[in-house]
Amino acid sequence: MEIVYLTITLAPLLGAITVGLFGHRLGRQRSHRVTIAAVSLSCLLSLFVLSRFVWGGLEPYNGTVYTWAVAGGLHMEIGFLIDPLSALMMAVVTFVSLMVHIYTIGYMHEDPGYQRFFSYINLFTFAMLMLVMANNFLQLFFGWEAVGLVSYLLIGFWFTRESAIFANLKAFLINRIGDMGFLLGIALLLAYFGSLDYQQVFAAAQTQPAQMITVLPGLNWSVITFACILLFIGAMGKSAQIPLHVWLPDSMEGPTPISALIHAATMVTAGIFMVARMSPLFELSDTALSVVLIFGAMTAFFMGLVGLVQNDIKRVIAYSTLSQLGYMFVALGVSAYAVGIFHLMTHAFFKALLFLAAGAVIVALHHEQDMRKMGNLRRYLPITHFTMLMGTLALVAAPLFSGYYSKDLIIEAAHEAHRAGATLAYWLVLLSVYVTALYSFRLYFLVFWGKERIDPHAKEHMAHLPRYVLRAMEWPLILLAIPSVVIGYLTVEPLVFGGFFGQALFVAEPHDVLHEIGQSFHGSWSFAMHAVEGPALYIALAGFLTAWFFYMLRPKLLPSIRDRFAVFYIILLRKYGFDELYIDGIAASSKSVARLLWQVGDARLIDGVMVNGTARAIGRFAAVIRGLQTGYLYHYAFVMILGLLVLLTWFVGGWRGWFI
Amino acid sequence: MLSLLIWLPILGGALVLAAGERSQGATARWLALGTGVVVFLLSSVLYFGFEIGTSAMQFVERVAWVPAFDVYYYLGVDGISTPLILLTTFATVLVIIAGWEVIQYKQTQYLAAFLIMEGLMVGVFSALDAILFYVFWEAMLVPMFLIIGIWGGPNRIYATIKFFLYTFMGSVLMLVALIYLRYQTDSFGILDFHGTALALSEQILIFLAFLVAFAVKVPMWPVHTWLPDAHVEAPTGGSVILAAIMLKIGAYGFLRFSLPITPAASMELAWLLIALSLIAVVYIGLVAIVQEDMKKLIAYSSVAHMGFVTLGFFVIFDIFAHTNGTESGGGSAVMALEGGVVQMISHGFVSAALFLCVGVLYDRAHSRLIKDYGGVANRMPIFAAFFVLFAMANVGLPGTSGFVGEFMVILASLQGNFWYAALAALTLILGAAYTLWLIKRVVYGEVANAQVAALTDLNAREFIVLGVLAGAVLLLGIWPAPLIEVMAPSLQHLLQQVIATP
Repeated sequence: MEIVYLTITLAPLLGAITVGLFGHRLGRQRSHRVTIAAVSLSCLLSLFVLSRFVWGGLEPYNGTVYTWAVAGGLHMEIGFLIDPLSALMMAVVTFVSLMVHIYTIGYMHEDPGYQRFFSYINLFTFAMLMLVMANNFLQLFFGWEAVGLVSYLLIGFWFTRESAIFANLKAFLINRIGDMGFLLGIALLLAYFGSLDYQQVFAAAQTQPAQMITVLPGLNWSVITFACILLFIGAMGKSAQIPLHVWLPDSMEGPTPISALIHAATMVTAGIFMVARMSPLFELSDTALSVVLIFGAMTAFFMGLVGLVQNDIKRVIAYSTLSQLGYMFVALGVSAYAVGIFHLMTHAFFKALLFLAAGAVIVALHHEQDMRKMGNLRRYLPITHFTMLMGTLALVAAPLFSGYYSKDLIIEAAHEAHRAGATLAYWLVLLSVYVTALYSFRLYFLVFWGKERIDPHAKEHMAHLPRYVLRAMEWPLILLAIPSVVIGYLTVEPLVFGGFFGQALFVAEPHDVLHEIGQSFHGSWSFAMHAVEGPALYIALAGFLTAWFFYMLRPKLLPSIRDRFAVFYIILLRKYGFDELYIDGIAASSKSVARLLWQVGDARLIDGVMVNGTARAIGRFAAVIRGLQTGYLYHYAFVMILGLLVLLTWFVGGWRGWFI
Repeated sequence: MLSLLIWLPILGGALVLAAGERSQGATARWLALGTGVVVFLLSSVLYFGFEIGTSAMQFVERVAWVPAFDVYYYLGVDGISTPLILLTTFATVLVIIAGWEVIQYKQTQYLAAFLIMEGLMVGVFSALDAILFYVFWEAMLVPMFLIIGIWGGPNRIYATIKFFLYTFMGSVLMLVALIYLRYQTDSFGILDFHGTALALSEQILIFLAFLVAFAVKVPMWPVHTWLPDAHVEAPTGGSVILAAIMLKIGAYGFLRFSLPITPAASMELAWLLIALSLIAVVYIGLVAIVQEDMKKLIAYSSVAHMGFVTLGFFVIFDIFAHTNGTESGGGSAVMALEGGVVQMISHGFVSAALFLCVGVLYDRAHSRLIKDYGGVANRMPIFAAFFVLFAMANVGLPGTSGFVGEFMVILASLQGNFWYAALAALTLILGAAYTLWLIKRVVYGEVANAQVAALTDLNAREFIVLGVLAGAVLLLGIWPAPLIEVMAPSLQHLLQQVIATP
């Protein structure tokens, strides 16, 4: 099987290198064929591996590919851990990636950077696979940073746009704040458990969970709690949780296929995956899990609210992504790791679908993203409309749709859990259901129903769109819509209650909320019917009705509502002021401190006083001394005679004993 | 063998000068390139013939030089100096190619100066006699003084004198210390100095004398201010050698002199060195953000990166104190040292590459100011790809060489003290901020002005130079094991020396 695993990772890397170096010589068509072939191969093999886990009883694989370095007796290696968790992630990543590759043929058909784009997304697939297949922290960090790099390159793909190159710098820096925590977490685990290998660290942590570290004199923390929180800081960066979420909405400056692949379906879920992978560590620390739970719940609710006031179609979906990532962290925070990964998977399908459908709308309207200039598009884009409706229903957790199973389980898990913060989290995620339904249907109605507000020029463009462009975009939509609808119904039982993950996810006995929920689970169908008993369904319906009322029935009422709640509206529009705090506050003041250090510290003190000051002092001293050297012969002769006289006196005096 | 590596380039330099007298240019250029390449190929013998697994000196040569004072012509290399010699011969070849058409004024002398300097630098890294070391150490300043003073920018006289006096001031104290050690040990052999029994007060004085010499070279805060000036005024080749090799000589001095000769003083004053290193990382990192001149920015970034080297060297005492000398603690201390040396090599590649990138731009648009650029990627896509790659290496992205050393030093120093690691890890943010902000303003964006619009992409010569460096940066990032393997026994041995003497 090693050869299969190697092929899965190396195929997209080779594709990326080939097209990256020779893309111009290959031309467009051959470039996309090479990269799509590479991803297809990875995807087929990943599905094969997954199927062997499901039906073949494949044993998990944990092995080294090569030794990266041996430093001070520590073996740092590149190696794979393939178990049901990584196999599922590999399948999701490569499948969504493949859909996005195909879609890109249509979306980027006019772009001069066509080959470069394919090279980047192939490289991304490689990096993401390295991340999920890692069996040690070194490789995890490699994949972690590599996906960050590709994200940076792709957000700034249109590098002549000022907003894009601002957004990519911001994304990289914010991620680096998270990475700093992440790296320190890894270093801390190494320091106390003596390894970078997952299994060894987990084993060592099991045997000595009570170690303490002195952070400051007199302040002792549990090593595991501290390390888990540091790791979670890394996850907050990559998975965009409050307060490190600010980069994700701005990342929408990248082309839409990227928003679907990287900034919704895969890369941003790396934090979720990482916490789940580290479940044997997090299980040892209730505090760390409570932190995860609370940050997740806050993000789920407050970021969803911001989505309500956005007018850019992609930004609405971006805030929805933030909110859904928050849901996943809530699941992890109550030790329902399997549900977190389950929601990760269903979300990957329906969110990729939503983004790609939004992208189809954007391309059809010639790169118009403002929802106020859309409306009634169901007439012109029937397939897009239908698939988008499927995606929306999955997102708002309509019973039987995939999102229903994963999200409802998260809510139930939060309800059942006894962890500190669980009650707060339960109410926040429940309220978020309303918010989700409201912004989702707001988007749906504004784009596909109501009055036509389309720019005539855009309409013209829509009529002349090449046929292949639409086809290339519609096939992936259909292929993603199918799992968005059915995947939850089909897989909820084995994934969540059937022990599919086996040893890959570890839950301590007293934390096992899923076990309690599983007691009352009797098949997918009855679970869906069960919805009428819980509050979530009615809350979602209320959200739908609110959207329907304000955007279909009485659109004229909106401005007056906005005026009445102006304060809230402005707070949401300003996104709670995070950007102002970071850009005008932290970044600007760091720059002034830096300028102070440079101009006062370096230029004035060190150079001015110490270096040039010394030189000046010596110069002055020399100027005084110089006065003695007049250059007149008779001065020198006089001094010589004086000197001779003194010496003579000395010798003669010494000889005759004058000084005694 | 080592003599050949020292004297062949110097001889080649002399021949280049002679050839330049007669024919104009071409012969001298090819002769210089030929010498550079031959020396590089010869130096690879050091690597392939190097016996891994021993800390003993190899390729030793020892001849009496000035018998009256026990001065020997004594050469030899171990796992610490071998990679640095290879880096020297490698960088010289690149510098010769990079100066091919760019230097018009007195080109033969320019090339000869680099060849002569190459020989002297190899001499510094391989000398095992203190006086021989000192001679090479000082002689090396002369060609660099000339390179900045003759081929430099408008303010070159100030810069070159500042450079010379700064570094010279340090080395005089070092000479005093060396002579003192001669009287304690009856020898000028550096290896004889190791493990000499010295009182703590003596050690501290000697340590401080060395510190001044080496800290200026590294350079450490607050004696770093010659570096930005020297870099800004130096021609591209001068900056490359300065950043890639000369800064390493200071760090090499810590490993060869300070730590093994005065271990007790090193332990006593480790806190000072760690503090200065962390100041370099944080303070200089901040200062780098607001630079307006590309070369100055890279120069400051060099100081910050070298902070990791000295941090790695001196954090070993804390690691030992904290882990009570357990085996894993010893391993981590070795890792810190290894990280420091890897960082030296990596910084040699990355800073050389970045200075060459700036040189490429300067040759075309004759400006080093960031505000004179913008949207370079539109006109020079291949160059932009290289520049971004090297920027990422400077940021320390895994998969590039810049990651390896930083990663190891951070991992190891956390075992000494959590806050050392936390402050050092700030470089993840600061390094990304100054490097990528530079990239944003220079490479990305709309074409900023007519000068940028007139830029042409890399020619074959530039492509080869940057391509070779890119290969090196990636190779070292993806598979650093061969490099670490070479240095490990020597550093292990060094650690034993340092720890054995209480």
